[in-house]
Amino acid sequence: MSEFQFYTKLDQTILLGLKAKNAAGLLEGIKTVPKSSIYYHTHRFLHQHHYLSPEPPNDFAYWISEVLNDAVLGEKISSIDVVQFHSITDLRARLEEIIASHLESTEKLVESPQGEEFHFMASKTFALRTPYIAHNISEFRDMLQQVSVNSLYYHIFDAKLRLERGENDFSRWFRDLGKSGLADAVLQLDPYTHTLEGLRKRILVMVKKYDTN
Amino acid sequence: MIRIEEYAPVVGQATLDELFLLSKRLEGKSIQNINSTAVGGGVAEILARMIPLLKQLGVNARWDVIKGDEKFFSTTKKFHNGLHGVPVEITDDEYAQFLEVNRENAAEMEFADIVFVHDPQPIGLIEKRKEIGRNWLWRCHIDFSRPDPKIWKFLEQYITLYDTAVFSAPAFARKLPIRQVLISPSIDPLSDKNKELPEDFVNSVFERFGIDRSRPIVTQISRFDYLKDPVGVIKAYKIARKRMDLQLVLAGGGATDDPEGPIIMEQVKQEADKDKDIFVLFLPPASDLEINALQRGSTVVLQKSLREGFGLTVSEALWKSKPTIASAVGGIPLQIAHKYSGILTHSIEGTAYWIKQLINEPEYATRLGVNGREHIKNNFLITRHIKDYLLLFLSLFHENDIVYLE
Repeated sequence: MSEFQFYTKLDQTILLGLKAKNAAGLLEGIKTVPKSSIYYHTHRFLHQHHYLSPEPPNDFAYWISEVLNDAVLGEKISSIDVVQFHSITDLRARLEEIIASHLESTEKLVESPQGEEFHFMASKTFALRTPYIAHNISEFRDMLQQVSVNSLYYHIFDAKLRLERGENDFSRWFRDLGKSGLADAVLQLDPYTHTLEGLRKRILVMVKKYDTN
Repeated sequence: MIRIEEYAPVVGQATLDELFLLSKRLEGKSIQNINSTAVGGGVAEILARMIPLLKQLGVNARWDVIKGDEKFFSTTKKFHNGLHGVPVEITDDEYAQFLEVNRENAAEMEFADIVFVHDPQPIGLIEKRKEIGRNWLWRCHIDFSRPDPKIWKFLEQYITLYDTAVFSAPAFARKLPIRQVLISPSIDPLSDKNKELPEDFVNSVFERFGIDRSRPIVTQISRFDYLKDPVGVIKAYKIARKRMDLQLVLAGGGATDDPEGPIIMEQVKQEADKDKDIFVLFLPPASDLEINALQRGSTVVLQKSLREGFGLTVSEALWKSKPTIASAVGGIPLQIAHKYSGILTHSIEGTAYWIKQLINEPEYATRLGVNGREHIKNNFLITRHIKDYLLLFLSLFHENDIVYLE
């Protein structure tokens, strides 16, 4: 039987020295920045405010709504269903499409106040092996209760979208074990609508249910 | 000395475990911090706390201080002022002597594998790189958003010789050919300014200053400095006071070396007039416990600055779960997500409006405070700062966006 190695991850924030002062500048930036920047700005809030529910939106939506005071575009960006995307390239294209279409129908560009420009950043991720290696579902359950939220974040969010593994690491392992029901159940969760601790609890409940069946 | 294990009840054992996992990957590397003062100032304060903790994590870290004469420090003070937007004139002779002092220090110093230079004073040590190699990092602790162009041009030629430049806020990043990293400052939850206090002590501090804890209290802790806008705070209080019972506390040290200090004080006194519910408190330098108590005992905390390097008083207030209203300047928007973990304002009227809202809606205010504390716990405590430094050192040896540390 295969084993599950829990990793954890820690991020370094890179400053790209690139800023935007209106929606057109934001669009230009979104087109050119590295993938790790798109990932950073669509996931930073989730990571830094992982205890909040409802979550604040992504950085782009927050800046558009709160700084540019453009509630319409802000809502469009914040309601992007990130969970449906399997690659940053597709997510970037969707962001570009929404902003470009909004700009076509807008006559006047709103400028941000000085000092409140959008600063593009990115993340460099360091993945580390933890001492937790599960050899069966029961061990997995015990260890999932102990690992840090960074570990949970890595296996659920980074694995699917940043590392483009197609699905989260937990579902992939459950499938390897022949537990496709459990794999699908975890896959169907919308992790973006939970706090990280809430997500941990939901997965633990699922694992318990499928483990005893 | 504080033991690293003492942070476990605050941030969780998993966070400490991750620091140990990271520090193991630095085995065999020596790290040398270099700045220009051993005592006084934020940089010395954080290094004094950080170095012992790094050592306990097993990191071979040390801290050296450069030497300089009066002329050198007069020039670096001009750098500091010029970078903050004060008009200054630096002569060619002063630039030359600045570099000479750096060269003298470099000639005497033993360098580690990773040389971590803090602020502009020792920036010229990088000239030594041609001779000895090593990895070089430059950390800017000051507001770099609108530097004097001439000083910037001078510093830029040295900054670009480093491997990485580190800034405290996104707005300080520049277009540079080297990597730039964001590392925010932090507060220490176990320090006198932030540790838990017995309620009796908090009460005694308020009693000593004659402030009534049974009535709402709005407090701003900061130097009496134009940029902290104490007069604007009083104006906001007066607007809110028309609709509710309220006391205002303005507490901080006097800026004795600031020529504008007496003028600001006069304005504060005039604006406070004879309002018995405004408490202007001049606190001596060693007043960390009193500041802690004043923050803990307040109903709402303000930080209505016009400009900020980072504004760590906001983190201090949020760490104490205080509903906080602060200006959207410098590093404050990193610490507060508007309406989630605090309130960001842009004017006196906006500040007054939110004072009324938060005092009239204590449940909402409490929620902001709870979220604020959680945000600080995850992002602005010294353990996060240590993690960022460890990643900074490790990033010198790993190019990719995603690094697997096996």
